Amino acid sequence: MNNELMNVASNPHVRHKDSTQRIMLYVIIALLPATCFGIWNFGLRALLLILITIASCVASEYIFNIITHKKQTVSDLSAVVTGLLLALNFPVSLPWWMPVVGGAFAIIVVKIIFGGLGQNFMNPALGARCFMLISFTGPMSAFTYDGVSSATPLALMREGETVDTFRMLIGTIPGTIGETSVIAIVVGAMVLILMGVIDLRIPGTYIVTFTIFIILFSGHGLDSNYIVGQLCGGGLMLGAFFMATDYVTSPITSKGKIVFGICLGITTGIFRMFGSMAEGVSYSIIFCNILVPLIENFTIPKGFGVVKEKKAKGGDAA
Amino acid sequence: MGLKTFAGGVHPFEGKELSKDKEITSMLPKSPQMVYPLSQHIGAPANPVVKAGDTVKKGQMIAEAGGFVSSPIFSSVSGTVKKIEPRRVAAGGMVNSIIIENDGAYDEVEYNEVDNPFSLSKEEILERVKNGGVVGLGGAGFPTHVKLSPANPDKIDYIIANCAECEPYLTSDYRMMLEYADRLIGGMKIAVSLFPGAKGVFGIENNKPDCIAKLKELTKDEPDIYVQPLLTKYPQGAERNMIFAVTGRKINSSMLPADAGCIVDNVATLCAVYDAVKFGKPIISRVVTVTGDAVKDPRNFLVPTGTCFRDIVEEAGGFKEKPEKIIYGGPMMGFANFTLDIPVGKTNSALLAFTKDETAAYEPSACISCGRCVDACPSRIVPSRLADYSENGRLDLFEKWGGVECVECGTCSFVCPARRHLTLAIKSMRKTALANRKKK
Repeated sequence: MNNELMNVASNPHVRHKDSTQRIMLYVIIALLPATCFGIWNFGLRALLLILITIASCVASEYIFNIITHKKQTVSDLSAVVTGLLLALNFPVSLPWWMPVVGGAFAIIVVKIIFGGLGQNFMNPALGARCFMLISFTGPMSAFTYDGVSSATPLALMREGETVDTFRMLIGTIPGTIGETSVIAIVVGAMVLILMGVIDLRIPGTYIVTFTIFIILFSGHGLDSNYIVGQLCGGGLMLGAFFMATDYVTSPITSKGKIVFGICLGITTGIFRMFGSMAEGVSYSIIFCNILVPLIENFTIPKGFGVVKEKKAKGGDAA
Repeated sequence: MGLKTFAGGVHPFEGKELSKDKEITSMLPKSPQMVYPLSQHIGAPANPVVKAGDTVKKGQMIAEAGGFVSSPIFSSVSGTVKKIEPRRVAAGGMVNSIIIENDGAYDEVEYNEVDNPFSLSKEEILERVKNGGVVGLGGAGFPTHVKLSPANPDKIDYIIANCAECEPYLTSDYRMMLEYADRLIGGMKIAVSLFPGAKGVFGIENNKPDCIAKLKELTKDEPDIYVQPLLTKYPQGAERNMIFAVTGRKINSSMLPADAGCIVDNVATLCAVYDAVKFGKPIISRVVTVTGDAVKDPRNFLVPTGTCFRDIVEEAGGFKEKPEKIIYGGPMMGFANFTLDIPVGKTNSALLAFTKDETAAYEPSACISCGRCVDACPSRIVPSRLADYSENGRLDLFEKWGGVECVECGTCSFVCPARRHLTLAIKSMRKTALANRKKK
């Protein structure tokens, strides 16, 4: 026993059980209801698209790490989350090779080139989605449902039609693979909230701000069919709970999260009401991602017990 | 009265079950050599008043206070002074120490006991606290007589007994609240008597319902003293959080508790105040928890100061298994050390021994900006950013983001899923930032 040296380290000497990998696993689990519903709704082709996208993301990260002699990081599961999220944003009819390109773009261009996990300034899945929306506009916005190409509820509402909000809650509507079922998404979001992965500061202010915005500016006022349709339609729910809350690309300060949610609500409102397209969540989130450093800079917390310094008035200045 | 607390904080595994039901037992040192470091407090080191070859008695002062913010040191045994030389202490550094050969007779000096401590004048009380070598025994070691003499005594509204013991595994304060309740309350009454408008509050976490009940019962006839139950959460016992939970007042890093009308002392300190004032007895022993999964029989011991921790481990039955890590203090803020050859100082409340060093297995990875450290930080700052600034040498940004407000409680590193060494990084730059502030 004598003179046997023991480990020395700085405090604390105990740690919480949650690791990065575990958090990513929670996110994957929370996305399962929406994923499973998407597969049930759109068929096995959806499953294959999802698997291809995930494989493309993981392989991109794996190979890039090998080529650049970096430490292998695929085990943190973040590439799986990116792939899954990206695939949930695809229409089911997408040609097979496009997810491969999209996955590689998300991981290599949006994430790794900017320094890898934690350094990317925009959400990789959304960055890739927007890249694909611009590059492959046709296939990315062709929505078929039950074999017939059809308009999404948001597009219908833009034409002034009313929509079946019950079907939108359930999710049996045309749209991307993972965005259609509000119920499945909310169940997943509740898992994330219960596991302490996200809280309501961002999604809550986002949804509330957006609702206020459409009541004030949509011209439909308090038309409940319109409001519920807007909330349940498109990628709002998926975006609010799973993409706007992306840790890396949202503000870390508590006040910043609130400001971020408000910015998201306003920009989504502007894009949907006054833009050229029916949908605006993806663009809104990546636009606000770029605002994050600015938001953080204005919301630096003062610290416990620190009172705002009053500016010394003329005579008092030492 | 409802539970009070602060914003932020975490709830680590408590581990108090191991030793919480073990009564405090007295033990005597086995090894003949006793070691008394001259710095067991914040402030100037004590100056030795003995030299090699002198014989000393138990309770005799062997080093006097080296200034106003300083505290004397006393021998806990009778014997002969061997030498004065640097020895390693729990925090890891070498501190000049008086080495005394224990003759095993425990010849004690006579203490100057008073019948009624409340008949003493304020000056006499403070003098007795000072001469008793009383310092903050919770770990900080700030001389108590200094704390009890604030600039504006009339502005002190609360004497808060810090009974949170929010560190996992530690049970010494818990046992003292149950077994030494009379001395604890006696110490509180003495402290309250120093300030005309002050109330005494025992702030106790609700994982110690028996202590809450006991102290409530014992203070029910005291109009100026009450018990405030607090939510069990780390770091509830951090001074600023304790003050906020009890009074709703906030202080920052550049303020003293007295600026918020508060004086905070922990359980062991108030007991020591009572001993010093009533019995004239200095600090020559303290309660130490020896626990952890590597210890055969986790216990709470009343140990003479200067005893080697190796003796205490032996008294607790030794190790079941060779520990990978030993910690002096709690797992959140304690010091890991490589050896057991460390003397018990006034501020050492525990020794933890773990068979597995759980943090050694973790490798830091990239920050994912999850914000868990931000939500948990009791100082309401942004640990992940501050750690970045520290690692990149950006003192300007470190100061802008309020890095000096850190209390080094370890909460951020505890919650970090990327296993970053946040507390360590912040601590290292905070030293520079504090030094800069002093210069200004």
